[in-house]
Amino acid sequence: MSNKKLHDLTTQVRRDILRMVHKVNSGHPGGSLGCAEFLVALYTNIMNRKEGFDMDGVDEDLFFLSNGHISPVFYSVLAHSGYFPVEELNTFRLLNSRLQGHPTTHEGLPGIRIASGSLGQGLSVAIGAAQTKKLNKDSNLIYSLHGDGELQEGQNWEAIMYASAKNIDNLIATVDLNGKQIDGATDDVLPMGSIKGKFEAFDWTVIEIENGNDIEAILKGMATAKGATGKGKPVCVLLKTMMGNGVDFMMHTHAWHGKAPNDDQLESALNQNPETLGDY
Amino acid sequence: MKTYTYTEKKDTRSGFGAGLAELGRTNANVVALCADLIGSLKMNQFIDENPERFFQIGIAEANMMGIAAGLTIGGKIPFTGTFANFSTGRVYDQIRQSIAYSNKNVKICASHAGLTLGEDGATHQILEDIGLMKMLPGMVVINTCDYNQTKAATIAIADYDGPVYLRFGRPAVPVFMPEDQVFEIGKAIQLQEGSDVTIVATGHLVWEALEAAKALHEKGISAEVINIHTIKPLDDKAILDSVAKTGCIVTAEEHNFLGGLGESVARVLALNNPTPQEFVATNDTFGESGTPAQLMDKYGLNSTAIIEKALKAIARK
Repeated sequence: MSNKKLHDLTTQVRRDILRMVHKVNSGHPGGSLGCAEFLVALYTNIMNRKEGFDMDGVDEDLFFLSNGHISPVFYSVLAHSGYFPVEELNTFRLLNSRLQGHPTTHEGLPGIRIASGSLGQGLSVAIGAAQTKKLNKDSNLIYSLHGDGELQEGQNWEAIMYASAKNIDNLIATVDLNGKQIDGATDDVLPMGSIKGKFEAFDWTVIEIENGNDIEAILKGMATAKGATGKGKPVCVLLKTMMGNGVDFMMHTHAWHGKAPNDDQLESALNQNPETLGDY
Repeated sequence: MKTYTYTEKKDTRSGFGAGLAELGRTNANVVALCADLIGSLKMNQFIDENPERFFQIGIAEANMMGIAAGLTIGGKIPFTGTFANFSTGRVYDQIRQSIAYSNKNVKICASHAGLTLGEDGATHQILEDIGLMKMLPGMVVINTCDYNQTKAATIAIADYDGPVYLRFGRPAVPVFMPEDQVFEIGKAIQLQEGSDVTIVATGHLVWEALEAAKALHEKGISAEVINIHTIKPLDDKAILDSVAKTGCIVTAEEHNFLGGLGESVARVLALNNPTPQEFVATNDTFGESGTPAQLMDKYGLNSTAIIEKALKAIARK
């Protein structure tokens, strides 16, 4: 997909996110907006995906979302990637919807391979899927995405230790470094020091993407990450993003982590992101 | 009355190890994970024969449950092995979200359940695990009674598509179930036919129930004994058919009465045929250090306790 099309799709995904959370007055727009460029790039230009969906995902790359609360961006990108009709975004968080508040396999939504929401579990799952790829002699890769605040959950460090010890080198785990969590800046809530230093101390290959909201930078960084696979070490991408990216009043604050815009705020936010591919 | 004898005592965990080894030879999709307790779980043979299908996780049970969930994606059938306490309470949310809610085909195999773990004491003697696991939607819960049944159950659960909790233990106990049995998930086994009282037992208490029935027979009381290896889904029909004859029931398990087999049976009876029921189970308490026999005696989990409760149940008819 051309860069122009990627930008148009990202803008449309932003509109989807804003409209989804506004309609049900709940959900997590901040982190979703921050990861829009990354997930668009991942699903359109980076991952090797087959047509259709089956749970086993043999002979294709797989993605696991660990920080499940950014479900709006995940659902929008999955819909625009053809896993289910874009119109279904209209059912986000409604009763009887396949688009639950946090992603789940339980309602049979194509594109989802694990439930997430309770934080810190996705890296272990991604490692398991990577080990099955190796057993199946399937050379495709496992991608995963994690919040930075999520790294406060101890299970991550069990998984980080295990992945390097067991040479899980078909895994690219990306950490969304937006520096914010519900209660404030990660440096205020629980400072984590150098996340890069920590991953390196656990013997991972670390790739940094300084502007994680720039599609060209993402494509370049992820190509480097892909090139680092298959060399005996797991690969971590530190993706520096802006929470609430693309909506001026949602940026530079943690306030929109889990809050929906009101009618006026939605109008302002949508005006900043004019329709590109058509609203659902 | 049928006679049950045994020629040897063996630990149920060795039945798990033998079943897993057999699966290693017959099912290429079976993989095993362990959190630093290979010897305790008797997993050595599987590992020796299938080193590429074994994952030593280290002392990191949460990671183990997540990895097991991930391994299913692509068709593997993971069997996790650690103590019952570390297989359930320690990792409840990992099992809940990544395995049960995600409907992953993981077999959670748990040894050293209950008081018979012995001297290590209450930190390791979980008496709440059946309750924790049976409350999870979609989770099958099995508690086996001897070496042969544990081996058969281990093999059977590989053919079932969905999450399973398989509970067994540490001590050597009589081997009395047939070696060649076919294990049917959810199908209770009638061991003694009787007319005065039904004894429904699971795990290590099944042998004790047979001993109790023998003693009751000598007193002229006819006890029906049911080996209920599967607590969820429960064989409602076997229980209802039996109490329709006997009119009273004793449930026996190495578990807290809160959340255990007894409560599941009580629900079936309350809905269908209210019947006097007595509980052989621990009474909302933690365990303590001691030998398995001392502990089972102190906490009232043996044939003596079953006899006492059977007489009480009969008196309430």
